[in-house]
Formats: sequence, structure tokens, C-alpha cells
Amino acid sequence: MTSVFVAVAACAVVLALAYLYRVAAGPTVFDRILGLSGFGTSTTIVLILIGCVYGRLDMFVDIGLGYALLNFVGVLAAARYFERTERR
Amino acid sequence: MTTLITALLATGLFFSAVASMGVLRLPDFYTRLHALSKAETLGTLLTLAGVALWQGLDLTSAKVLLVAVFLFLTNPTATHVMARAAVRAGVAPLTNEDRERP
Repeated sequence: MTSVFVAVAACAVVLALAYLYRVAAGPTVFDRILGLSGFGTSTTIVLILIGCVYGRLDMFVDIGLGYALLNFVGVLAAARYFERTERR
Repeated sequence: MTTLITALLATGLFFSAVASMGVLRLPDFYTRLHALSKAETLGTLLTLAGVALWQGLDLTSAKVLLVAVFLFLTNPTATHVMARAAVRAGVAPLTNEDRERP
């Protein structure tokens, strides 16, 4: 079962890195925020799968929950900020 | 049981890959938002359901399901906030006129 979790976590890391292209190359600032949101969600998945691999899911699930929370708050704050400053 | 868990993880990974490819390839901010909000949420839910099933019934799997419910609520909310911010900031959606122009 551990090898399955390792494989899924490796694929999820690749998917998370794919979002970073959108963060670097997004035409508008909202594309960058969107990429960061997807990156954070994928990273939460990776954290919980790493917990499964190492057998310390009870610890890693708290880290994942905190990461998801901070990601949500950060995306919310950035979107509300650029909503005002980017107006054309 | 192992087959079911592997199937859940693989399906979740498939939907996450669809979301990632959509964000990379789609032509316009709102279409990328569409790919991210639905496919990524479903992929996350399926993967976390697989992990919770593997863990069995205890406090840790309850926390995993709590993460799943949290992402299920916040991912569409964050996408909605981003879409509203983009509309108010004046990001124009792609239309047929943009496609016909070279």
C-alpha cells in the first residue's frame, strides 16, 4: 500500500509544479492567484499522502488542515486587494 | 478493500490531472477558473476519501474527512471570490470576436 501512496504523491507533486507555470506566466494577476490556489490544494493532498507514507497521518493531517486554511485566507485577501487596485 | 482504496486514489489523481491540464491549457482566465473549481475539488474529495478509508474509523480519519469537507466548502468559495474580483477589475472574458481576429 505504501508504494501506491508514494506513486500518487509523486504524481501530485508533478501536478502541483504544473500550477507554478501559471503562477509565473499568467497574463493577469488573477491568473497568478488562481495558480497559487491550485498549488495550495495540491500541496494539501501531498502533505496528507506523505503522512500515509511515513505512518504519521495523525500529525500530517493537522499540518494539511493548517495549510489549507492559510491558503484559503491568503487567496481571499489577495483577491480582495487586487479587486480594488487593478481596476482599469 | 485495497482495490477500492487504489481506485479512489487513481480517480482522484485523474481529476486533479484534468484540473491541472485545464489551468495550463485553457485560453482565458474564466475558463481556467472553471477547470480549477470543479475538477480540483472532486479530485481532492476522492483522494481524501481513499486516505480516510485506508486509515479506518478513528479520530485521524475524522480529521481527514474534516479537511475534505473544508476544501469542499472553501475551494468553490475562493474561486467565486476570484471571479468576482476579476469581473470588478475589468478582466474581459474571451468571446467569439476574439477568436475570429488573428
